[in-house]
Amino acid sequence: MPGQAMPRTMFEKIWDRHVVATEEGESLLYIDRALIHEGSSHAFDTIREQKRALFRPQQVFAFNDHYVPTTGRSKGVNGIAVPEIRNMVLQLEANAKEHRITHFGIDHPEQGILHIVPPEQGITQPGLVMVGADSHTSTHGAFGTLAFGVGASEIMHVMVTQTLWQRKPKTQRIVIDGALGFGVTAKDLILAIIARIGVGGGVGYVLEYAGSTVRAMSMEARMTVCNMTIEAGGRAGMMAPDYTTFAYMADRPYAPKGAALDAALAFWKTLPSDAGANFDKTVELDASTIAPMVTWGTNPEQALPIDGVVPDPRHAKDAVQRAEIISAIDYMALAPGMALSDIKIDRVFIGSCTNARIEDLRAAAAVAKLGKAQVPAWVVPGSRTIQHQAEKEGLDKIFTAAGFEWREPGCSLCTALNGDQLQPGERCASTSNRNFKGRQGTGGRTHLMSPAMAAAAALKGRFTDVRELMVKA
Amino acid sequence: MKPFTTLTAIVAPFEQPNIDTNQLCPTRFNKVPRGPKYAQVLFHDLRFNADGSEKEFILNAAPYNKAGIIVADRNFGCGSSRESAVYSLYEFGIRCVIAPSFGDIFANNCGKNGLLPVVLPAAAAAEIRRQLRDQVGATIAVDLAAQTVTDVAGTRHHFEIHPVRKKCLLEGLDDVDRTRQYQSAIVAFEAAYKAERGWLYHDMR
Ligand code: SF4
Repeated sequence: MPGQAMPRTMFEKIWDRHVVATEEGESLLYIDRALIHEGSSHAFDTIREQKRALFRPQQVFAFNDHYVPTTGRSKGVNGIAVPEIRNMVLQLEANAKEHRITHFGIDHPEQGILHIVPPEQGITQPGLVMVGADSHTSTHGAFGTLAFGVGASEIMHVMVTQTLWQRKPKTQRIVIDGALGFGVTAKDLILAIIARIGVGGGVGYVLEYAGSTVRAMSMEARMTVCNMTIEAGGRAGMMAPDYTTFAYMADRPYAPKGAALDAALAFWKTLPSDAGANFDKTVELDASTIAPMVTWGTNPEQALPIDGVVPDPRHAKDAVQRAEIISAIDYMALAPGMALSDIKIDRVFIGSCTNARIEDLRAAAAVAKLGKAQVPAWVVPGSRTIQHQAEKEGLDKIFTAAGFEWREPGCSLCTALNGDQLQPGERCASTSNRNFKGRQGTGGRTHLMSPAMAAAAALKGRFTDVRELMVKA
Repeated sequence: MKPFTTLTAIVAPFEQPNIDTNQLCPTRFNKVPRGPKYAQVLFHDLRFNADGSEKEFILNAAPYNKAGIIVADRNFGCGSSRESAVYSLYEFGIRCVIAPSFGDIFANNCGKNGLLPVVLPAAAAAEIRRQLRDQVGATIAVDLAAQTVTDVAGTRHHFEIHPVRKKCLLEGLDDVDRTRQYQSAIVAFEAAYKAERGWLYHDMR
């Protein structure tokens, strides 16, 4: 129709509004918010060497999460015995102070993981471009914002210019329709998506998740899905903002209020992809066919429904896949054809920016209530806010009564930087996002699954279908 | 940043796809300050035993301990955004990685550190790896200006690279200097943007 604008995707709308300049097909994007953590020390070293200054420090937010201990926190930073770890925490504190960056430090009453605290605080909002010095920055896309992870050089560039050079990625829409079954969660959905499109399936794309399944999800569940977009290779994952989003935003400290909220709402409602907008690729999934998932291998696409068996390399589709299966089975000390539900575990970790939000803890507690942990099982809330909410609801009591350990917030065993780690050969049922070799400690073996499935595994000492456990109860 | 122009070097073939940045630089080394120490960090847990002795691993023995190029399979450098994965490769002496595809963030990080990521079709990358199995320790030549890789058999493979990325690598340019030229555009952008979305600014604590 003449005079009518071309239909655009949500990604395009956000991208277009943030382009400051274009040079030979690269765009200089304005960055609304940048998130950093202790690991950003390399970026500050460069800033110091080159005698640069932060351009918009009030748009940078710093989080002590990767290196903070998850016990003995009453002593604050002095409770960290290992000098190198303590240094990482102190360095971020010093850098934040020197550069006047808002800092959620180790003793901050709202301390937590950098992908958990910004949504809680309303720092994450629809329609922004956000970057983080961490690949799981894709989490924030659940609000209808373009959010992606960058390395040390790029986060340094953002801190000194509040912009970033980017080439426009392609767009891929993942349409998920139908209801998730009983005992099936957002974690199972994203593991099923990755198993379907592969760990390289999103490379070069921004993924928009759409469909009735997504619309029915809480913000917590949406964040779990967007969080693991990077595990499919995607640059960013996004979901259209809707009334669930708007309701979540209400009364958050950094969120707009009063007249500003009316203006913000009017804008947020313009964000969803227009009808007829073109995506470079579309994938469709039926949510009702998804079962609780467990990874058996050493990358996140090596996932199967809980009633599955460890694959046989002889049935691989080609030589490359055969070699991959053999290498994974060898590292994970499994045998082809072994039922997943026969795999015994040594430990359980319920935590991380994927699955340490209040809903995750409620789901895990509902299962923990049904028995006693047979192996050491940790519950690490994603933030102080979540920790306090859970304690208010008595979830901590449920966990400890069932023999689970209730710990202090941080990344913890997700990445094994703070001293929490697996011993060589230990097998862990984990609600985190990466099952790479050595991710949770050298020689450690990680199996990814939902909080409910991890809690069920704790009660049985092996993987088990949480649905059966709940039905019997 | 050191410029990248041309390179003729020994090539180490990696057959495994999906080599993640955790393998390139195990997480606990992320806190190591940038510098020569990172040469030891590269593939640390695959190269060394707990007591520090060497395991059997491609990069540990001649001729590959002198490799300057890696030819890999798809999705090289997937996973975590840690730039230390690039520091490790660089300090070891790797200046170019050739693969059918890369982890997005990893490829960006390479370009900021004088390391050239080259995307070649899967068949071409596989062919080069095959040649290297036949002629262990052979060299190949990479020419960034011409955008070519000349393999062991002398076949030239053309590769694509964004013109700005190419220029930065060829000249060793830092993005910040480039962006500085747009300072007034950034300030003008911000003024208009703030007028439109004041709520993003008024409540900064
Ligand atoms: S919880 Fe894990 S994935 Fe998330 S930010 Fe921390 S280390 Fe990274």
